[in-house]
Amino acid sequence: MSSTRATSRLEERLRANGDLKLIPYVMAGYPDAAASIELGRAYARAGAAAVEVGIPFSDPLADGPAVQRAGEVALRNGMTVAGALEVAGRVADQGVPVVLMTYVNPVLAHDPRRLAAEAAEAGVAGVIIPDLPAEEAEPVTGWLRSAGLDTIFLVAPTSPDSRLMSIAERSSGFVYCVTLTGVTGARAELDPGLDRLLERVRRSTPLPIAAGFGISRPEHLARLRGKVDAAIVASALLNRLHEGGDPVALVEELLAGCR
Amino acid sequence: MKGRFGAYGGQYVPETLMSALEELDGAWREAWHDPGFQLELKAQLHAFVGRPTPLYAAERLTEHFGGAVIHLKREDLCHTGAHKLNNALGQALLARRMGKRRIIAETGAGQHGVATAAVCARFGLDCTVYMGSEDMRRQELNVRRMRLLGAEIREVTAGSATLKEAISEAIRDWVTNVGETHYIIGSVVGPHPYPEMVRDLQRVIGDEARDQYLIAEGRLPDVVVACVGGGSNAIGMFTAFIEDRKVRLVGVEAGGSGPGRGRNAASLVGGRPGVLHGSFSYLLQDPDGQVETTESVSAGLDYPGVGPEHSLLRDIGRAEYVAVTDAEAVAAFKLCSRLEGIMPALEPAHALHHAGRLAGRLGPDGRVLVCLSGRGDKDMESVDGFQEPAEIEVGRRV
Repeated sequence: MSSTRATSRLEERLRANGDLKLIPYVMAGYPDAAASIELGRAYARAGAAAVEVGIPFSDPLADGPAVQRAGEVALRNGMTVAGALEVAGRVADQGVPVVLMTYVNPVLAHDPRRLAAEAAEAGVAGVIIPDLPAEEAEPVTGWLRSAGLDTIFLVAPTSPDSRLMSIAERSSGFVYCVTLTGVTGARAELDPGLDRLLERVRRSTPLPIAAGFGISRPEHLARLRGKVDAAIVASALLNRLHEGGDPVALVEELLAGCR
Repeated sequence: MKGRFGAYGGQYVPETLMSALEELDGAWREAWHDPGFQLELKAQLHAFVGRPTPLYAAERLTEHFGGAVIHLKREDLCHTGAHKLNNALGQALLARRMGKRRIIAETGAGQHGVATAAVCARFGLDCTVYMGSEDMRRQELNVRRMRLLGAEIREVTAGSATLKEAISEAIRDWVTNVGETHYIIGSVVGPHPYPEMVRDLQRVIGDEARDQYLIAEGRLPDVVVACVGGGSNAIGMFTAFIEDRKVRLVGVEAGGSGPGRGRNAASLVGGRPGVLHGSFSYLLQDPDGQVETTESVSAGLDYPGVGPEHSLLRDIGRAEYVAVTDAEAVAAFKLCSRLEGIMPALEPAHALHHAGRLAGRLGPDGRVLVCLSGRGDKDMESVDGFQEPAEIEVGRRV
């Protein structure tokens, strides 16, 4: 599969000039719809290589307190799948690849075929569904792929090599490497066993690798430089927002850590 | 497909858990087919749980309803007060065999939490139970029992702070501590292999009841009735009768304060298929796929999802599912207490109410077997505090 695949826009962007790239996250509808659009666009202007846009779900099993809280607020504000696609479209208008992150039930409820078409129409580049493991991928990923969207699967420290290979084969755009055994959320330190995991993932795929979960500080990025192609940061930005701070400034600090 | 009941079931969980589920599936299959494991399970089911539980002829309820003969399968007589211990015991034995020393569980009514705390005490395992703050309030007695048994209770305040949130938080704990931890899920829900494993551990209810019924009555019942939240006592009861095509299987869901969004927990009656907690099954959800809040006087039935095997049984018509309201269940709770000297839990009180309806329809030649899944001491406060809207005649629709 990998020998014949076309290189996607997302993949190209994450490979460009060999630097470590940053993928910041916005939750559509948090703190409100307009502000989430503005944040996504500001992250793009600041130099993010791609922006992840979360579609809120009532029961986010892979997420820690920061993303849970943001999702609850977004849903209380009336955010919907259609509304989140609009947020994604407005961020993508800034010229940055947008990756949707949501759970499988909103996708099924919206109809995966329709979601794929509407996301592609909005200019979305790829989709991440953390509770859709490789075994359950079809037919959802089939619809996404046929609409020209990248399907990004996650690998974890608990994935044996045999699973890494099959997950990488189903992925396009990049492979999402979960850096720790746990849920999302800012951590003070990166997992000490991370380097070995990254080597294992690198051996399993020619795709770019983006590391996510727990990454919150410039020194984390310094440690990831040269080992992965991109770092995904979500909870640290949501925490900054929750505390009334400026998440764009944090993105700028993190970008400095990428260089 | 692996772990599917028709289209239902599956393993919709974060990648972090996938290898743990595979390990669990393998360990479970090996244990279940190991005569040594079966022998130990059987011995503990007898000495620790108190099995077999009796089949009981509910003569005064039968007389009261004036129709079919009603029997109760007395799971309320299990140690710790409900059928939940059958499953918790089996999974604790499995965890010990897998070398997992830390156990986590969720609980709604507290019965599964108490059962898990008890087996952990029995086998010297570390036990953490997740429970919604709303359920901690209404099932306070069970919170105290769990603490006495040595369990740590972690309060969950998210969302409606009931069973759904407790399961979500337990799954997050498992994602974080998967190496040393076994998650004893309390019902036939969750990702494969849980729905199968919990069914296998609960089928002892129906296997015993079927044998006992044949001995007592010389025939099979016409209808088997059980309450359905996640659906473990119902699956445990139904499995033995699935091949008996003439036996109607009826699951009774929580009708809450009535039909309408957010007012009940009747997912098979009013939901549509979706994914919650790792499996594809009937689910109370809004048009956008957000899981609805639920309402029921019974904490054990207050759950927007249901086990995937029930979804299949519903679709193929092998089982039927109905809803009974809070007021009807409370009335049945009181009636059974007064007439039989048996205080049922509010969960099976839903089933008892529907059994009353069926008894009238079937007439004196009919035979109804009800799974009395647990006892009602825990529900005293809920029943005392319940504002009855009107006179309810048990067995009749209001």
